[in-house]
Amino acid sequence: MENITKRQLFNVGLFLFSIFIAVPLIISATGRWDFYFTLTSVALLAIASAGVWLTFYIGRINIGQGAFALIGAYVSAILVVKGGISFWISLPAAGIFAAIVAIFIGMLVLRLRGVYFAMITLVLTQVVTLTALALPITNGAKGISSIPLPSGVSLFGIPILPDFATMANTKLAFYYTACILMVLTYAALYRLVNSRLGHLCRSMQQNEELASSIGVNIAHIRIVIFAISSFFGGIGGAMFGSIAQSVYPSSFQVADSVNFMLNCFLGGLGYVFGPMLGTLVLYFGWDLLFELGKYQMLVYSIILIAVIRFLPNGLLSLQFGKGARK
Amino acid sequence: MSPLLQVKNVTKRYGGLTANNNISFDVAENEILSVIGPNGAGKSTLFKMISSFVPTTSGEVLYRGERISNNKPHIVARKGIVRTFQETTIFKSMTVRESVIVAQHLRAKASLAGYFWGSRAAKADVAAFGQYADELLEFLGMSEISSELASNLPQGNLRALGIAIGLATDPKVLLLDEPFAGMNHDETMRMVDLVRSVRDERGVTVLLVEHDMPAVMTISDRILVLNFGEKIAEGTPSEIQNNDKVIEAYLGSSDDEIGM
Repeated sequence: MENITKRQLFNVGLFLFSIFIAVPLIISATGRWDFYFTLTSVALLAIASAGVWLTFYIGRINIGQGAFALIGAYVSAILVVKGGISFWISLPAAGIFAAIVAIFIGMLVLRLRGVYFAMITLVLTQVVTLTALALPITNGAKGISSIPLPSGVSLFGIPILPDFATMANTKLAFYYTACILMVLTYAALYRLVNSRLGHLCRSMQQNEELASSIGVNIAHIRIVIFAISSFFGGIGGAMFGSIAQSVYPSSFQVADSVNFMLNCFLGGLGYVFGPMLGTLVLYFGWDLLFELGKYQMLVYSIILIAVIRFLPNGLLSLQFGKGARK
Repeated sequence: MSPLLQVKNVTKRYGGLTANNNISFDVAENEILSVIGPNGAGKSTLFKMISSFVPTTSGEVLYRGERISNNKPHIVARKGIVRTFQETTIFKSMTVRESVIVAQHLRAKASLAGYFWGSRAAKADVAAFGQYADELLEFLGMSEISSELASNLPQGNLRALGIAIGLATDPKVLLLDEPFAGMNHDETMRMVDLVRSVRDERGVTVLLVEHDMPAVMTISDRILVLNFGEKIAEGTPSEIQNNDKVIEAYLGSSDDEIGM
């Protein structure tokens, strides 16, 4: 937008530098290669969480992102394994397919508000899991395994993307891919929120009646937003399946859907970059508490409750004032 | 010349309760018409049907001969029939200026995708919206509070904000739901002037629902009186003041807002 400050530009630069240069340097210096997998997961979960955040932006609590992540993962896996299509084509296809499913489901359920919408979306993940178990094309409980790694892409004989299978360090390649996708997702989200569509969403979030009285087609925008949200879910899920090289009905469960929502709460619903921070903290927080053994869940839950109680606007409300949203 | 807005035999029933029974009236272009009546007379329901917020049970509302009732609110708004709200229905966490800018979205020339990519048309729109917002707020005497958050405004300003949001959509007909409620005499008279200037300077036809009799008598070209969902009178303020049925309706009810 017209009012990006120098400080914001600096922050974005710093962020890009740390994820693309500093993190790989630190990891190779310390030899903690396992962190690549953790951070890649965080990046992908953050993409799906971005979608959930967007549905919050139109005043809907979405606990169904796991459904769309699972749909994305299956679509990509089926296209790659059974259709022999390049992963790089299956990735947007997975997002688009998830979005189309969201349009149909959205037409039915987006009229609902508050807890009713939340309940329906909660069930959605279970429905998709059960569907995956039942359908022949998804291979039932066995799922789809040994998905080949993403193949190389070349345009007019010029290699654009390398073949992941021939790489010595696929972890780094996946890490970069996930980070690039995450950056693109959040850049798109930021643009969307600060464009006219974002303003219309805000008007709907604050008062749907008034929004429709000024001529906003609220039903239409709700569906568009839900589709975009699910597109992000599908992309995140597809990428996950490719890294794990397998998809099962249990790859994304209701608990994952709940986590996507918690990421948004934790980071801050008022900040575009909230879900990203929320995902990082939630994912690492859980791992760090691993030492506590059987008390892990207890301590984790207490911390979460405390955060929601004392920081209702999320972690980002700590450091930045209201005006400093990136 | 045919009337701008025609309400034809409109009836609304909620279960066994008849909120409006067979109501017909016309609104001429550039007119200020008030709908009055004791509490529960069906004034708000009538407004909701005109703006398609609720469907009619029977009958129809025509705008320039075209049916607008039993439609979607946003479609009616796009045709230029825009309502404001009785309660403090506002965009709470937007500033006054932001609210007025978002309300101009129907005037956008660029597509939503154009806004996303930042096309030239979108930039032109953004500039035009900002400029018009400032102009409109100045017209309404709200320039000083343009950067206040809506949730921080006192009640009188909220009504004005509601009107500002309605006006920003560039309406042909503005439906004001109790614009003077909760205002003292001075505030009311200021609002009366404002509504008049909206009509005089912007060519907006105004329909309003109101309880405040002195204000209604001052502002209206014509008045429509409802009682128990029925239309009991229609006429100029002086005709209404001398109408026996109207006097009976007001004196007969325990309503203390007679003021006539």
